[in-house]
Amino acid sequence: MSQHHEPVEARMNDHDSQGNLEEHEHHIVSPVVYLIIFAALLVGTALTVFASYLELGILNPILAIAIAVVKATLVVLFFMHVKYSSKLTKLTVGAGMFTFLILIGMTLSDYISRAWGRW
Amino acid sequence: MSDSPVLVHHGEVEIAHEHPHLPYQRHHFETMAQQNDATNFAMWLFLLTEIMFFGGLFTAYLIYRNWYYPAFVAGSHQLNVIWGGINTLVLITSSFTMAMGVWCAETRRQSQLVLCLVLTFILGLGFLGIKTIEYKEKIEKHHVPGFHYSLQSFLNPDSDKEAKAAGDKPMALDMARHTEVYFSLYFAMTGMHALHMIIGIGILGFMILRARAGGYTTGHITFVENFGLYWHFVDIVWIFLFPLLYLISRHAQ
Repeated sequence: MSQHHEPVEARMNDHDSQGNLEEHEHHIVSPVVYLIIFAALLVGTALTVFASYLELGILNPILAIAIAVVKATLVVLFFMHVKYSSKLTKLTVGAGMFTFLILIGMTLSDYISRAWGRW
Repeated sequence: MSDSPVLVHHGEVEIAHEHPHLPYQRHHFETMAQQNDATNFAMWLFLLTEIMFFGGLFTAYLIYRNWYYPAFVAGSHQLNVIWGGINTLVLITSSFTMAMGVWCAETRRQSQLVLCLVLTFILGLGFLGIKTIEYKEKIEKHHVPGFHYSLQSFLNPDSDKEAKAAGDKPMALDMARHTEVYFSLYFAMTGMHALHMIIGIGILGFMILRARAGGYTTGHITFVENFGLYWHFVDIVWIFLFPLLYLISRHAQ
């Protein structure tokens, strides 16, 4: 980070004179942020292995999923730049999560509520 | 994701807009920022279809795991946590080098960009190498679903190194047979994940060649950025696969 280069979009954005478009300023995420996230992901991996060797009963899978969700969220927000992205991108990612939860939720509610189930 | 230069009609267009078009701006976009937003949106839409694709596999896993939990525990004990853990570290590191690659492209550091891409490439290959070692072990122990599937590790766990180490008890035949469901899902999920890695490594090879020629350090970084999204997505899939497949129940029964 010794030399500070001109951001890629700086010269590109100076001509959005049309004005009626909601455009997004390109944000360059710093390597320091990447390093912190990288370290957090390593800690998360160690934690999830460690937690699996503890006897926590029903909490074992819940904890494993919770750690994975935190790790995935860090990757999405920082490595994938969603924290610095346009509202459109944020909405798209949110819609993806929502649809995924419908996939899981609706399928499981069907299986849980069936008379033949072994649930 | 196309990033080939586009011919721009200089002249009328420029006069009308009173600013120069960059060579890589497609004529149907008013500004570069608009073009970037559109390609970024398209990449995320593709990733949404990927979420739903892997989502189906995860849903199948969830249901079968709840039905045949003892079989899933015994199947999981057959996997090597060390190899799985190392592979998780390898993949997370490759995600980090990829993120750094995007930064290098953004700040126009050509040689460092090439280095980041090469590191990502090597780590990706390393991941597949370790996966190959693991698959080989499964093939040798006849744990690949199919005609040659063997129940021995589950009916007689004392005869099996991994099962014995985990303290597995002999299973009833009908539950032992369901370990095949676990391994079907194991191979389907890790196999689809590995296929994504292979495709990603292929694209990385292409990108390394282009980066060496200065392709991504002239201000047009859409391709690197969107490939980064793909690579991180593949990383996220593994972040879930690792605990779900390897770490179902590692503590003493």
